[in-house]
Amino acid sequence: MNPRTLVLSAACALLAIALALVSLSVGTTKLPVADVVQALLGGGDGGTRLIVLELRLPRVATGLLVGIAFAVSGALLQTLSRNALASPDIVGVNSGASAAAVTVIVLAGTGGGNISGVAARVGIPLAAIIGGLAATAIVGVLSIQRGVIDAGRIVLIGVGVAAAANSIVAWLLVIGDVTDAGRAAAWLAGSLNARTWSDAIPVGLAVLLLLPVAVAFNRDLDALVLGDDVASSLGVRVSRVRIALLVIATVLAAMATSGAGPIAFVALVAPQIAQRLAKTERPPLLSTALLGALFVTAADLVARNGLEVLQVGPYELPVGVVTAAAGAPYLLHLIGRQQKGR
Amino acid sequence: MVGGRVGRLVGLGLLVLVVFGASLALGARWLGVGAVWHALTEASGSDADVIVRSLRLPRTTVAVLVGACLGVAGALMQGHTRNALAEPGIFGVSAGAALAVVLGLQIGVVESVGSTVWCALIGALIATFGVQRLASRGSGASPVGLALTGAAVAALLGAMTSAIVLLDANTLDGYRFWAVGSVAGRGFDVAGQVLPFAAVGLVLAAINARDLDLLALGDDVAAGLGLSIRRARLVGLLAIGLLTAAGVAACGPIGFLGLLAGHVARRIFGARNSWLIPASALIGAAALVTADLVGRLVGGAGEVQAGVVLGVVGAPLFVMVVRRRAVVL
Repeated sequence: MNPRTLVLSAACALLAIALALVSLSVGTTKLPVADVVQALLGGGDGGTRLIVLELRLPRVATGLLVGIAFAVSGALLQTLSRNALASPDIVGVNSGASAAAVTVIVLAGTGGGNISGVAARVGIPLAAIIGGLAATAIVGVLSIQRGVIDAGRIVLIGVGVAAAANSIVAWLLVIGDVTDAGRAAAWLAGSLNARTWSDAIPVGLAVLLLLPVAVAFNRDLDALVLGDDVASSLGVRVSRVRIALLVIATVLAAMATSGAGPIAFVALVAPQIAQRLAKTERPPLLSTALLGALFVTAADLVARNGLEVLQVGPYELPVGVVTAAAGAPYLLHLIGRQQKGR
Repeated sequence: MVGGRVGRLVGLGLLVLVVFGASLALGARWLGVGAVWHALTEASGSDADVIVRSLRLPRTTVAVLVGACLGVAGALMQGHTRNALAEPGIFGVSAGAALAVVLGLQIGVVESVGSTVWCALIGALIATFGVQRLASRGSGASPVGLALTGAAVAALLGAMTSAIVLLDANTLDGYRFWAVGSVAGRGFDVAGQVLPFAAVGLVLAAINARDLDLLALGDDVAAGLGLSIRRARLVGLLAIGLLTAAGVAACGPIGFLGLLAGHVARRIFGARNSWLIPASALIGAAALVTADLVGRLVGGAGEVQAGVVLGVVGAPLFVMVVRRRAVVL
């Protein structure tokens, strides 16, 4: 890891922690940051502990973990397809997960009896994971030609599968009643509202298990940047590595989607920003992960408090609205700078 | 060679006629050729005549018009961006139109299809020019820059749309029926209102076809051959904006038609735009009419919207096209 990447990672980590603390301290009951830290370290009075550890920490933790998972997923996909547009949103993970989750929301919704506790807790996340994996499996299998997964083809076929899934989602929104459609639309935007530990823990496990595995592929990723031919002459088994990375990226994105819905743009933007800030040939994994965590935490802070600060009203926006609104202009700015430099 | 292409174009035209006829004859109630002919030529107000003339003929006409618009818009975008992924949906044009319509619904200016067209047109044009301007900072619009910019703009506009939609249940209720993409219930008035936009867009597209062939040689070569690149791009963008706006306003953001029509046309006719553009119009029209017909036949009483059918049936077709040919234009 070069010094620049190291500094970037450290800065992202510190900022993410700082914003997480702020996020734990603001809300209906404002708490001093000192009390929050005390509660996190095991002290503080009962009320503070309840608010910080039981109510706010699951949400903040889910945000951090989901950010890491999406960002790493995006970094892997962009590197292995050598396409800056590649992200779980494009190759079908998010749309597969969305179609499956919305199916559960609408079909088990008020139309056919209220969704019960267990179905809501397990059904939607489980459906999201299965849907995401299934969609990507389809994309992966269809992209194989003469035994090799073609880089450009993954993105193009992903677009096709995503289009199919999205039209199913649109149809489900029409046949459901308006309450279910509203809930589905909120889920589709990507929201961290009312998360519990049962949302955070699966994502946490996925990150804990898969991030080290992804980092272990660092050398192969470096080689893939140079092209398939060069990579295989350097001793990389291109096809096998690509499948492994595709699986890792998919599982990370599917788990993240199951935890918080398909939060837009994190997977697309975080790797690009990290790559440009670090001035590397491909998105650096660790910096990307931390940048993703920072991005989602900051966006959620804005989503929770933005409209109130602007005095529009006491509404909370879904975090995905903010990540897209913030991420898109930044990406536009970066593309513009790159083109001027050419 | 040219003769072969004319033949294939005529074949596509016949295909459109056949699906048009099928769309008039088939549905919840199946009518014979005789009944359809009777309804078209000497309607006497029987049930069959009413079904054909006031239900099936208008929506089929709208489907042909919108299909042609979105098909051509897709082919134009693929040509201008030299990007196989290019499509009004992916490049933020539909997202711009959708945001403008949702804003219109929210403020209350959208009451009829007429006002929807104007909203969609303004949104589509702003999005098209915005993407082009953003992508052409510095040394001009490169295909990759345009693609990334389009994706970014689409996401940004989509986020704003969902923010508005989520804060207000009424807007969501209107929006979800529009956003699915359907020709159901569209009458001749809808076709009439979008027709001027569509016609101007199609004419501009036809004018743009030859310039696109030159642009395909690379900007430098095209400029060397005396083409005003700025003007060619401007005409192309205007055409894309008009065609997408017409399509989106009439039927909602029907995805996939542009991708599908452009690719299928390229497979049949090769890379020459003077053939590609009329072919995309015919393929787009045939595809949307067929999708609407299939949706009516499989859905029973509650029909499946054409946008849904196109997504589900079109995707495997599209994947087949992608797998058979190189993806880079």
